[in-house]
This record gives sequence, structure tokens and C-alpha cells, in this order.
Amino acid sequence: MRNLFAVILLVIVSNVSLASESEGLIIHRSTQTFPEAMLALQTSIGEHGYTVSRVQRVDIGLTKSGYKTDKYRIVFFGKSNEIRAVKQSQPQLIPYLPLKIVIFSENNETLLVASNMTQFAVLAKQDGTKILLERWNNDIHSIFSDVK
Amino acid sequence: MHQQYIRAASIAGLMFALMVSALNVQAAPNGRSLYENNCSSCHGIDGKGGVGVPLSLPSFLNSVPDSYLEKTIRYGRPGRVMPPYPTLSDAQIKSIVGHLRSFADGEVPASLDVLVRGDIKRGKKLYGQNCSSCHGVNGEGGKGTGVTFSRPRDLPVIAPAINNSGFLLAATDSMIKRTLINGREGTPMISFIKAGLKEKDIDDIVSYVRSFEKATPKTNRVVSRSESPVLIYDSQSDLKTTVANLKNAAAAENFRIIRVQDLENGLVKKGTESNREVIVYFCNFETLNKVLAVDPRVGLFLPCRATVVEREGKVQVMSINPRYLSAMYNNDELDKFCDEMYEIYTNIIEEAIL
Repeated sequence: MRNLFAVILLVIVSNVSLASESEGLIIHRSTQTFPEAMLALQTSIGEHGYTVSRVQRVDIGLTKSGYKTDKYRIVFFGKSNEIRAVKQSQPQLIPYLPLKIVIFSENNETLLVASNMTQFAVLAKQDGTKILLERWNNDIHSIFSDVK
Repeated sequence: MHQQYIRAASIAGLMFALMVSALNVQAAPNGRSLYENNCSSCHGIDGKGGVGVPLSLPSFLNSVPDSYLEKTIRYGRPGRVMPPYPTLSDAQIKSIVGHLRSFADGEVPASLDVLVRGDIKRGKKLYGQNCSSCHGVNGEGGKGTGVTFSRPRDLPVIAPAINNSGFLLAATDSMIKRTLINGREGTPMISFIKAGLKEKDIDDIVSYVRSFEKATPKTNRVVSRSESPVLIYDSQSDLKTTVANLKNAAAAENFRIIRVQDLENGLVKKGTESNREVIVYFCNFETLNKVLAVDPRVGLFLPCRATVVEREGKVQVMSINPRYLSAMYNNDELDKFCDEMYEIYTNIIEEAIL
């Protein structure tokens, strides 16, 4: 029964996702300003059961070094049990952990970029990890949909 | 009874979802929806541009025929960010073009393809005098992407790479000639008739631009995809020593160490993190600033990092492979940076593991 629900959800999600995906990149434009989009992003990450581990303020580092840039941040997140399991069973995926979403200001709008995690299935030796990568990918699409 | 009800409801739900899916395939394509799903993230919902070039300028839409837009969507611009869309049907592409046309009033130019026969040698000279400052000496275009608003830039709109095989496939001689004659209001592209050139001069330039077809550079994307996504090296030292070596090696390559942390930091309760995976983050802000100007989406590489991992007494250093990741961006300029970054990563890690 649970599998049937999963299939229904997958079919529906595949029809309503607004983020564009070209092989390795998932890109999403939000019409919200940067602070609104950042708030929506972190809220949605939490609602999907993930923990934001850190926000890297790239723009601050650049500005302090004398370069001009608009808001540019990287949000790192993950679920501790999943990260622990993957780094133990598939350590070659460690360089891509935790998950990350790039978020930056484009005038009064905001752009979000993430990797299509399924591309790293070539590194996964277990089917369970491949399914997990697929779910991470679906969750990223779902999170982006929340950041309208 | 309850189980049967749930099963019946689930099957009905599945049927509905499949119907929605089938309708998406069979119904007349919705250009606006297709544009929003495939194009708006780069070109903006209203076509004003971003990572991609602006599409809503009347001077642009009124100077390009539908065939130019259709071929641009179908084949993209190899190595210039704009990806190809091989899986969209012709009807879907036409509906996207229909939506683009709604951005501006005005007449749509006919898809006339009258071959322009000019003097290529003379055209080269005129190109050098009038076009190369924006479009590059060999038609390689301006640096950076679209009109991105996230960073300061020299031009309001990036000059297209007119030597690009995708551009040359999509643009007819008539279209290039019309653009040279009329210019594009709202962009740095001026009318060269008003600037003093004669029609014969413009024909010569068009023929020279067309001659780029014979010298179109190839991209190295296929090579990048054959790379492994990760770089993994065995260390001769213990974890603590390897971390210290890594910091020294990164500093020696002019990188600033911005953070050293356990992989689980921030994900688990403080003090319970595993200390067998240590990440060293490092950055060179000058290089970072240059790379972001080439492609603002490059944050997926950031910050530069290498992770020292210990398993059963064996220590390894791991990092992303910049060459593998660069293949995602369809950006030749970025590929060059990624080749450099690959060398830097390997230098740093090889130094650290000795």
C-alpha cells in the first residue's frame, strides 16, 4: 500500500515540479526577495525533516576582501542518521555531504541551485543508497516548490 | 472494509495521476507553463534575463524569426550555458516561442534565408574595427552569463558568441544582416548603417561571421563526463597529521583556511560528532570572484574543501572533482577554471598525503 502511495506521489510530483533540471543541475527561480526566499528555504528544509547544519555567507567573505556582490549564500543540510549511514557504507560520497543548496539574489528575485544527487549513483555500490539519492533529489524539488 | 476503501481510493488516485500525466502529453502544449518550467529560472519569469540573456526586449523579438528561437531551444549553445532541449516536441517548442512573442508587440520577421555573398577578407577587417571589442576577436562573445544582476558587470547584456555552432545553426544571414542594420535598442548593439557603414560593408561582415562555421571550437564536455565525481588519495600519515599537512598545503597555494570541522558538525548534538571525517575548508577570494563572474551558479563547488577520512587505521583525503562538476554547466569558460582547480586540488592533496 505504501508503495502505491509512493507511485502516486511520484507521478503527481513529476507533473507539478517547477524547477528546471538539465542533467546535473536543478535551478529554481523564486519571485521572492532574498530574505523571504531564504526564510522559506530554511523553513521548508526543516519541514522535510532535515537539519540546516550551516549557512556559508559567501557574499560576506567576498565583501570583506574588497569585492562587490549581492547576497550569495550556501545552505548545508542533512539528516544525521542518513548522513551517518551513507558515510559508513559509501564513504566515496563524503565529498558531497552534507547536502547543499546555493541561494543568491537576482535583483528583486532569488535563484536557487542544487546538484541532481542521482548523478552520484555511479559512486553508490548499494541499491539502498541509490534509492536514498533519488529521494534526496525528489526532496530538493519539493523544497524548491515551497520557495515560490 | 477500511483496507478495501483505502485500496480503492489509492487506485482512483493513481488513475487520476496517470490521467493528468497523459493529458500533459496529449493536450495542446501550454507555452507559458513550459516556459516557466524550462526557461524562467535563467531568463526570468517575465523574460528580463538573469543567468540567461533577456528575451523580452522588443528590439530582440522584432528582429528574430520564429525559426531562430525554435532552433536555439532545440540545439542550445554548446559551451555557452544555454542547454539543448532534445526531448521537447516540435509542438512544445513552438508553444514556448508563442509565449515568448507575448512579451512584446510588433511584427514577427519572416524566416527568410537569403544567402548573403560578401567579401570575407574585407569582412574580417571590418569586423575587427566594429564588432570584436564586444563579440571577441574570433566571435567568442563576452565573458560571463546573461545579464546576471548578482554581480557588477561591464555591459548591460553579455555579447553573444557569434562563432558558436548553435548560434550559426539558428541565425540566418538575413537575420544577422538585419541586426547589423537596425541594431538592438536597449543593448550595446548599435545600428551600423547609422554608424556610417554601407550595405556592402555589412554584407562583408555577415559573410565573415558565416565563415566561423568552418572554425567552430569544440567543447571538452565529453571528456569531463568520463571523469570520476571524486578524487580519493591514500595518506601516509595519521588523521591529525594529514589535516595539519592539508592546511599547510592549501596555504602554500595561496588559499586562506576558513574553517576546519567534523563532517557531522551542526547535524548532531555538539560533542557527539564523529571525529573520523574532518573537513578543511579553504578559499582564495580573488579566484572566487573571477569564477562567480564566469558563472554565478558555481556555488555548488564552494567553499573549496578536502575531507580527511579515517577507516580502520587507514587515512584517505577526498574531494570533489572540479572537472566532473564543470560538465553540468555547459560553460567552456568555466571548464578552463575547473581544469586549473583540478590541478590545484591534486597539488594540495598530493602535498598533504606525503
